[in-house]
Amino acid sequence: MRFLDEYRREADAQKFVRAIEQLVTRPWTIMEICGGQTHNLIKFGIDRLLPQAVTLVHGPGCPVCVTPLELIDKAICIAQQPGVIFTSFGDMLRVPGSNSDLLSARARGADVRMVYSPLDALTLAQKNPDREVVFFAVGFETTAPGNAMAVWQARELGLRNFSILCAHVLVPPAIRAILASPDNHIQAFLAAGHVCTVMGTREYEPIAAQYRIPIVVTGFEPLDLLQGLYMALRALEEGRWGVEIQYTRSVTRQGNQAAQQLMYQVFEVCDRQWRGIGLIPASGYRLRATWAEFDAERRFNLVDVRAQESPLCIAGQILQGLKKPPHCPAFGTECTPEHPLGAPMVSSEGACAAYYQYGQHA
Amino acid sequence: MIELQCPIPISDYPVVTLAHGGGGRLSQLLIERMFVPAFANAVLETLHDGAVLELNGARLAFSTDSFTVSPLFFPGGDIGSLAVYGTVNDLAMCGARPLALAVGFILEEGLPMEELWRVIVSMQRAAVAVGVPIVTGDTKVVERGKGDGIFINTTGVGVVLPGVHIAPQRAVPGDRVLINGSIAEHGIAIMAQREGLAFETELVSDSAPLLDLVLRVLEVGGEHVHVLRDPTRGGVASALNEIAAKACVGIRLDEERIPVTEAVRGACEILGFDPLYVANEGKCIAIVAPEVADHVLETMRAHPQGAHAACIGEVVPDHPGKVFMRSRIGGLRVVDMLSGEQLPRIC
Amino acid sequence: MCLGIPGEVLSIEQNAAGIAMGKVRFGGVVREVCLAYVPDVRVGDYVIVHAGFALSVLNEEEANEVFEMLEQISALAGTDSEGNG
Repeated sequence: MRFLDEYRREADAQKFVRAIEQLVTRPWTIMEICGGQTHNLIKFGIDRLLPQAVTLVHGPGCPVCVTPLELIDKAICIAQQPGVIFTSFGDMLRVPGSNSDLLSARARGADVRMVYSPLDALTLAQKNPDREVVFFAVGFETTAPGNAMAVWQARELGLRNFSILCAHVLVPPAIRAILASPDNHIQAFLAAGHVCTVMGTREYEPIAAQYRIPIVVTGFEPLDLLQGLYMALRALEEGRWGVEIQYTRSVTRQGNQAAQQLMYQVFEVCDRQWRGIGLIPASGYRLRATWAEFDAERRFNLVDVRAQESPLCIAGQILQGLKKPPHCPAFGTECTPEHPLGAPMVSSEGACAAYYQYGQHA
Repeated sequence: MIELQCPIPISDYPVVTLAHGGGGRLSQLLIERMFVPAFANAVLETLHDGAVLELNGARLAFSTDSFTVSPLFFPGGDIGSLAVYGTVNDLAMCGARPLALAVGFILEEGLPMEELWRVIVSMQRAAVAVGVPIVTGDTKVVERGKGDGIFINTTGVGVVLPGVHIAPQRAVPGDRVLINGSIAEHGIAIMAQREGLAFETELVSDSAPLLDLVLRVLEVGGEHVHVLRDPTRGGVASALNEIAAKACVGIRLDEERIPVTEAVRGACEILGFDPLYVANEGKCIAIVAPEVADHVLETMRAHPQGAHAACIGEVVPDHPGKVFMRSRIGGLRVVDMLSGEQLPRIC
Repeated sequence: MCLGIPGEVLSIEQNAAGIAMGKVRFGGVVREVCLAYVPDVRVGDYVIVHAGFALSVLNEEEANEVFEMLEQISALAGTDSEGNG
């Protein structure tokens, strides 16, 4: 496949690995924000190819991991109501709420369906006019334009049986929260190439300046990741800070303005709870008041949904890069992909699941 | 009389979920913690694709499989031929020549008679193609809404070929891991039909009879063929994990050498799937001694069911019980067993 | 966090709500994708698709940047730089 295969060549990857070995003179700690990057770093074994001096820390960029427990409980509550078709991306279905998850709700009779795109949920609403179709709108800035489009089209098409349960989160406030922590030890970031494809890179410039830290906007293929790491390490070694773009084939400084425009038309910034981390001000999107008719939280009666997190799970510290999965006493024992205590063990992008699946527990 | 207690804590799984039938770790849990202890006997505990029973000096292979597939008719096959090939393939993986099949139908009230007839005709053709008669059967009908059109169970008996000893425990370091073609085609062909995920592809299921291929492999490999396994649900990764655990050996795969078609690759990329965990219905993993590996591979490639056969890895002494893979860029990672059903990864 | 896969645009049309949609090929499969956010896209372009939406048209010139940097690095290190595509 073009634009994939050429970024997965072993000879080129080895050249970057050697270049990184030659470049690094002392220990550095770099966080990759995005769970997709975590997944590929481990899937391709890149973490094991790097010199010991380079420590990779996995960031909070896994939307299913940071979706607050309360919203998962609400999702399950909605899914169980009669007449509802509850739709979701696949990886959200296994994430544990307080007592259950969406797959178990399906096993108990709820009509829970997996979709590839929010537009597929919209199609379901068109085909089932006598049913309420709800889409679980999780995701970062990358996913928001699609979800905005689904809502916009629902209005255009006059669909009254479609709504979204909105759980959108934003990257820059999370980076700020990590950097502002007194325990922070992250020295550079790989920022997420697809988030920045939508948003551009301008909002990262003041962060890099304030904290004097290199931020490299990076793609997802092995060569992208290695080049992003090389650029970040070069900046660290040279004492430079600022925003650089590795993923130039998709990312521009302005981002995708058509997408931003519709997102801002439909969504507005709000405070958001992050699972395991807590409330981060101005870190999410909610539907604007003019689109409230598509808000599932208003459409369904959701009183008395009270969330309770497992006391053993240290997901919050893992998502902030303060701890690695094997540091958790429950990792691989009480907490496995079959019996996840926290979301990072569920999503294949979650750091705990990636460590577990690709053998970092071995 | 031993008091049986449910060994899977009810608090973890108060009800059966789809993942318990997904062929991965939860299926294994169900088998190992509930079925095996409850039905405990030496034959069952081999946990192969079928049981081998001694009878007056002959070795009888005995296997059963149930088929639930939606849609009933899919590109490259249908539930009828799948049900025949599935059990015949399981017997072949025991190193047996099948003698006869029994079939049980569970039909849903309201199923169009025409669909049932198409399935029956397909089963008849498949049975003739593999030369195994369907000799007995049973039919039940359940109320509308309590089935998914047709469920089929097939059970088969066969005779293990003389001089052939197939068992997962026989995998030893140095053995080569062969497969007769591109992986993940059945699972992806079915996935392509699912509402909400649908995509267009010319991809068809690999559903096929493997008996003839296996007979030829055994002809040239004889007792040097140590393990045969059809990697159905749970895919190649789950099958190899089971073998590695049974034989207490490591298995090292080479990602570059695993045959995957462009259609499967594309579908797996967009859904975020790993083809190693996707179901096959016409694939056979053969773990063979190195001295016959080339010959067996040539034999596979000369067979219509094995044109894209490849050697995808080898059995190693290190990391017993684990499957490793050298990634395309030279990194090493563990290939664990499938945990739960594979779900499209969007975010 | 966001699985985005490059695919080739095969066709472009409008849907019932007046939105640009198109067929996009990923290896051996084709899927309908919303093209509303890439208004300048043309048949034959490669787009990054996330959850059924094209979010960017891949820049062919920039796509070689990684290989150019590899050559520079290799030249600096005096190592062999052949086969960089």
